Amino acid sequence: MDCARWTGKLDAYFDGELLADEARALDEHLRGCAACAAEGLRRVQWKRAVAAAGQRFVPAPAFRARIERTIAARRPSPSRRHWLPVFITATAAALLIAGGLLLALQYDGRSEQQLMSELVDQHVTTLASANPVDVVSTDRHTVKPWFEGRIPFTFNLPELQGSPFVLIGGRVSYLGQSPGAELIFRVRQHQISVFVFQERGLEGVRGSMGMRTSHSFEVRSWLQNGLRYFVIGDANGQDLDKLSELLKGAG
Amino acid sequence: MPLFERLYNFAHWLTQDREEAEDLVQETYAKALKGFRSFQPGTNFRAWIYQILRNTFLTSRTGLKSTVPLDLESDEQTLLAVDDTPETIVLQRSDRQLVQKALGRLPVPYREVLLLCEFEEMSYQEISATLAIPIGTVMSRLSRARRALRDTVQELQGS
Repeated sequence: MDCARWTGKLDAYFDGELLADEARALDEHLRGCAACAAEGLRRVQWKRAVAAAGQRFVPAPAFRARIERTIAARRPSPSRRHWLPVFITATAAALLIAGGLLLALQYDGRSEQQLMSELVDQHVTTLASANPVDVVSTDRHTVKPWFEGRIPFTFNLPELQGSPFVLIGGRVSYLGQSPGAELIFRVRQHQISVFVFQERGLEGVRGSMGMRTSHSFEVRSWLQNGLRYFVIGDANGQDLDKLSELLKGAG
Repeated sequence: MPLFERLYNFAHWLTQDREEAEDLVQETYAKALKGFRSFQPGTNFRAWIYQILRNTFLTSRTGLKSTVPLDLESDEQTLLAVDDTPETIVLQRSDRQLVQKALGRLPVPYREVLLLCEFEEMSYQEISATLAIPIGTVMSRLSRARRALRDTVQELQGS
């Protein structure tokens, strides 16, 4: 393929939209072609320039307060007053999802639905965060040891080579005051959160936990070696199934 | 509330006015809360709420004025085009304001697709869902928008 053809694919390449084979071939070409490499560098500079320029406008504190009041005023029942403020201080996205879920679901104590809502909130917060992980690494041998001493259990991570999944990193998460691990994976342009908690730490709040397939997001959950796994993301269900199988194989 | 700030930033870029941006974000949240059941499980939440914001903008007074028709968008034509001004523009760190000014001058369809791709880091699929256009059009519009931005920066540098 000549340089003109490759140049036409540079934008898609740097946008992460080329198929893996094509991306590898272009990567190879860029290593050997100074002209295309220079053009690629220039495109990256423009991408970075627009990304930097894009952050320009900041909402006024008074406006933020107004939105919070608007959302708070829409709560449908007094039964969720005690946890609504937590949502307000978390993210507006979390508020939307929780509010929406609670409109759709009958809220009755700490139920499975609330458990899922909390996890979805954490996932959305991760998606929206500028610093989504505390340990940034694609190496499972770096990420797993990082949790030692931070959570009261250990777990295994799968080998991802040859799979479409990439490990982004992880951070400590809490559910019902029990510490656990949140691992962030990427598949294509989607991020998937995998939460791992001790089953016994969830017993008091969990009730009869069953296998849920979805709320607003696709969700997979299973119990393995005393650990409860939750896989949450907006990728398609097959991707979540594949990642779940890999995790089960490692666990 | 990181998503709140991003929605506001995007709204302000669209409207170019603080008060209108605030109204737009407030209406977006109201519609999102009211219509949460229309959200399809398994689909992209971020694209869904940005789509609400953008649709709300398009029906506003400023939005209606912004929908000037673009040139015919050929999916293939611009994808294979080689850049015709390869070394004429060199961006420096100090050019952030220049790029912001140029972005502000672009037609809304170019401005929004650039911001969704470069700043929001949305995939073509997400942009396609947000703007309700085919992925091929996303690619061709992006290509045109990038060129338009470079041309505008060049004009501003020369003026």
